[in-house]
Amino acid sequence: MDLIQNCKIEIEKLKNDKQFANNRKKYITKSKEALFWLFRLIILIGICYVILGPLIGIVSSSFFSDSDFANKLVYIIPQNPTMERYRLAWLRLDYLKTLGNSLAYVLSLMVIQVVICSMVGYGFARFNFPFKKLLFGLVIVMIVIPTHTVILPIYVTFQKFNPLGLFSMLTGKVPNYLGTVKPMFIMTLFGCGLRSGLYIYIFNQFFRGLPKEIEEAAFVDGAGMWYTYFRIMLVNAIPSVLTVAIFSLVWQYNDTFFGNLFNISPNIVISRKITTLQQTIANVDRIMTPAIARLYLYAGIVLVILPVVIVYVLLQKRFIEGVERSGIVG
Amino acid sequence: MKKKKKLTLSRKRAIVGLLFISPWLIGFILFYLRSLIMTIRFGMSVATIEDGGVGYTLTYTGLANFKELFTSHPTFKQVLTSSMLDMVVDIPLIIFFSIFVALLLNKKFKGRTFVRAVFFLPVILNSEAIQQAIALSTQLMGGGIASAPDEIVSATSTGVNIEYYLRLFSDIAIPDAVFLYIIGAVSRLSSIITASGVQIIIFIAALQAVPSSLYEVAKIEGATGYETFWKVTLPMIMPLILTNIVYTVVDNFANSDVVQLSYNTIFMTKNYGLGSLMSLISMIVVCLFLIIVCGTISKKTFYYN
Repeated sequence: MDLIQNCKIEIEKLKNDKQFANNRKKYITKSKEALFWLFRLIILIGICYVILGPLIGIVSSSFFSDSDFANKLVYIIPQNPTMERYRLAWLRLDYLKTLGNSLAYVLSLMVIQVVICSMVGYGFARFNFPFKKLLFGLVIVMIVIPTHTVILPIYVTFQKFNPLGLFSMLTGKVPNYLGTVKPMFIMTLFGCGLRSGLYIYIFNQFFRGLPKEIEEAAFVDGAGMWYTYFRIMLVNAIPSVLTVAIFSLVWQYNDTFFGNLFNISPNIVISRKITTLQQTIANVDRIMTPAIARLYLYAGIVLVILPVVIVYVLLQKRFIEGVERSGIVG
Repeated sequence: MKKKKKLTLSRKRAIVGLLFISPWLIGFILFYLRSLIMTIRFGMSVATIEDGGVGYTLTYTGLANFKELFTSHPTFKQVLTSSMLDMVVDIPLIIFFSIFVALLLNKKFKGRTFVRAVFFLPVILNSEAIQQAIALSTQLMGGGIASAPDEIVSATSTGVNIEYYLRLFSDIAIPDAVFLYIIGAVSRLSSIITASGVQIIIFIAALQAVPSSLYEVAKIEGATGYETFWKVTLPMIMPLILTNIVYTVVDNFANSDVVQLSYNTIFMTKNYGLGSLMSLISMIVVCLFLIIVCGTISKKTFYYN
């Protein structure tokens, strides 16, 4: 009886003890936080593994030697790592030359893309002209329509490239641009390149967010509209220029769709060359086991994605910030 | 010179504006508008290739292609419905998943930059060849590297009896439709994760744009975290849900089976009329889908400004 009485008194004491209550609250919030932390950790690690797992697999198996490959106990970490896969993939891809060509192609397209799309975006953002809303609606339509719907006519157009009969009038013959890089340059120059609609949209949103006072000041000081655009607005748009530049660079580099459509030489578009690497190695170097030929393909893929990954890692922070700040979020 | 003086400033600006957009305008008319019209023409006729494969002649056949597509083509209807259904299933999953991850990543913690970089990686590595290799490698990692030589042994070799777990869940009276949806979601987990890179970044940006005063008010009024999410966070990021849905649909459709089918019909079997019609019809279906979805959602969207 006495014991119970004591206990009751103790409990009463504890109930009135502010210090205890405070501590209890603190512990509860702390453990809640810890649980949340654990939850987040588990989920994020899981998701990161889903993304990184296959990449780890590709990188590690590109170092596998034949014996490692045959040994079923070897998982991820090769026992006798070899660089042989890289040597042959490097050779068959003609790596440096193809990469150089590819980069030149992609970079020049990127510059055109940035200049043209920013111009169009600026035009939509700052000037009033008849049918503006309708025309901007067409930009949205361009984003939504998949290029696949219009591939055939575009293919035919470049097979006999003769807009308004200009070419046949001037030179007397109709050129066939398939198999060259010209179609891609022409399309990009006229704002219809790979995902140009999206870039126009990004620039438009960004320019709309800039204060009008900058331009008015320039205008009062006597700058023309073109001067204002090139020397003032474009400089202010650096974040979205950067975003579009990297997007354009990476997507163009990875693009096989237009490359296949226009039949651009694989020596210029490295992402086309990689698709045939496994066959090339199987046939030229007489590696008949498809699974082993695939190891060479993995090495080739590591070589191909390396430049992209390097660019991404270097610019990653600015890139993601750019996406966040620039137009997409509007 | 006199004529030029008559132009008012607004007229002048209109002309300069048109000049600014002129490259795109010409391109759009030359490549897109013309091509769309040509696609419709192709779809309504039979194209025969002339010698050498350079030219073609069109014979107008009216709606014959249309009829063929819907009555006698072996796969089109199935492929169309299945890819549309896939889209309908995938979009809510991708949107919910990216909101969820964006909420997780929104708070500051150690290694956040790294995690964000990883999430964005699939957007960077979206080349076709790389995707295929990654898909293969996923199997490889799932079944252990040893399963590579004998390709028959794929994901099933992990030793987990999936059947057992499935039966376990169906025993606790979850409605079949929900149950199937969950199974679908889990089995697509990897593709959903890789498809939501851009969406996550957009949502993170949206979350950071929510004024902190709103959260303070909610806290002072005594709202719980749950309530705060539904009453403050969600309405504030609603406009971007719309953006994300449009982006997801476009992205998803470009890689869907029906597009692949039309591409193959055009370039492999050289049936230009049929292939053009396929791409046209699928495009119209997707546009209708977008209009319906955007229409319903934008009615419920709350715009802060």
